Amino acid sequence: MSQPTSSSAGPVVALRDVHKSFGSLKVLDGVSFEVARGEVLAIIGRSGSGKSTALRCIDRLETIESGEITVCGHRVSDPKLPLRALRLDVGIVFQSYNLFPHLTIEENICLAPVTVKGRRRAEARETARRVLGQVGLGDKLDSYPEQLSGGQQQRAAIARSLAMEPQVMLFDEVTSALDPELTGEVLRVIEQLAAGGMTMVMVTHEMGFARRVADRIVFMHRGKVWETGPATILEAPETAELRQFVGSGL
Amino acid sequence: MNLRLDFGVVWERWPLFVDGAWMTLQLAVLATLFGFALGALCAVGRRSGPPWLAGLCGAYVEAIRNTPLLVQIFLVYFGLASLGFSLSAFTVAALALTINVGAYTTEIMRAGFDSIPRGQLEAGECLGLSQRQVYWHVLLLPAMERVYPALTSQFVLLMLASSVTSQISAEELTAVANYIQSDTYRAFESYITVAVFYLALSFVMRLGFWGLGLLLFPRRRRLGTPL
Ligand SMILES: Nc1ncnc2c1ncn2[C@@H]1O[C@H](COP(=O)(O)OP(=O)(O)O)[C@@H](O)[C@H]1O
Ligand SMILES: [Mg+2]
Repeated sequence: MSQPTSSSAGPVVALRDVHKSFGSLKVLDGVSFEVARGEVLAIIGRSGSGKSTALRCIDRLETIESGEITVCGHRVSDPKLPLRALRLDVGIVFQSYNLFPHLTIEENICLAPVTVKGRRRAEARETARRVLGQVGLGDKLDSYPEQLSGGQQQRAAIARSLAMEPQVMLFDEVTSALDPELTGEVLRVIEQLAAGGMTMVMVTHEMGFARRVADRIVFMHRGKVWETGPATILEAPETAELRQFVGSGL
Repeated sequence: MNLRLDFGVVWERWPLFVDGAWMTLQLAVLATLFGFALGALCAVGRRSGPPWLAGLCGAYVEAIRNTPLLVQIFLVYFGLASLGFSLSAFTVAALALTINVGAYTTEIMRAGFDSIPRGQLEAGECLGLSQRQVYWHVLLLPAMERVYPALTSQFVLLMLASSVTSQISAEELTAVANYIQSDTYRAFESYITVAVFYLALSFVMRLGFWGLGLLLFPRRRRLGTPL
């Protein structure tokens, strides 16, 4: 494992009073939270509450209007941030997998190590084999994405991120497009990563999974962190909104 | 009805047909290569260039798509002549066909670019690829694969359309047929013969593109996706 870019004492991800609007629509309204090294943070909340946007801001897929975001020592809110340095430290997995359709699974995984990190192809292949084994797809190196089930594609996408050896992984509703059986196989992979000490921020609708795997929960509502705490807040919510959200989810 | 076909005098002149076919093929290959390069660049310029460049590429496409090929050929022919350039009919024909097919290629490539979901580009960025690397690996190559059939049809159409360059005396297939029919008074036979040559050229081009596609796009080869 490579060493963190910043001192390992501070938080890996920190948002301080982040504000973000799309036109007149206020999407993040003073969001703050931190994620420590090795911690698993689950972001829950209604559709439209700003969860994806918060995650996308962390990887600078969106820029913010005010507040501060630091990730692995990178000042994400700084307009002059070198994006590549940030993205080498952050892995992100999307709901829609986003595997490259014209490349085999192995080529999908090798692309970034070879083109971005300048790894030799043989070395990258070795990495591909290792991370695919990790997600249980050791036999799918030569398949094309369209030949895989949704669950397999999502696991391949996770492997593609892992191959870059990120310091922190972001997951945005990665099982929302999957039926329950395939959801299970993807969640097991994420759970193993958590057990292996990976720092993670995951937006999820799987309450049972969040309760089991997350060290901390952030409940977002109307662009704010409405309630946060250990997984036990799901059993005993303080706010009416979280109570209602948890209740409706069952 | 009294149809009497006599191919004898026409076929006696077969070396002329072969020369014409060779020139048609040369025109097609040159215009395909340069037209593709031009079109790909214009598609990039239109998508990601500064406003003036995007506007320029757009104007080029609209101008070409909304005027007849023959008029474009005359414009290049007489335009260059009045500027004092004296180029061979072949060069003018190749140039005009390149300009023409470049515009259609721009449109096809643009459709290809537009067919790549934004999430794909974001995935590339998030893996640390530079803008240029995303352009190449995530946008251009998959887009090419998607529009390859449309592109190759366009290039075959171009080869057929090159027949119009007979109007500026480029000595391609149709010009040969024109000449032979006036020489032999066997018009129908001459044009039947030349039609068969065009059919054969189309077939050769499609075969070539099919093989090239298998080389360029291993996914199609592996999955047996028709080209
Ligand atoms: N690129 C965008 N442009 C305009 N509005 C957006 C954009 N992305 C998200 N939104 C809006 O911002 C709000 C929050 O979206 P999002 O962060 O995706 O919520 P969540 O992930 O919690 O469902 C929604 O109302 C959504 O429609
Ligand atoms: Mg979302």
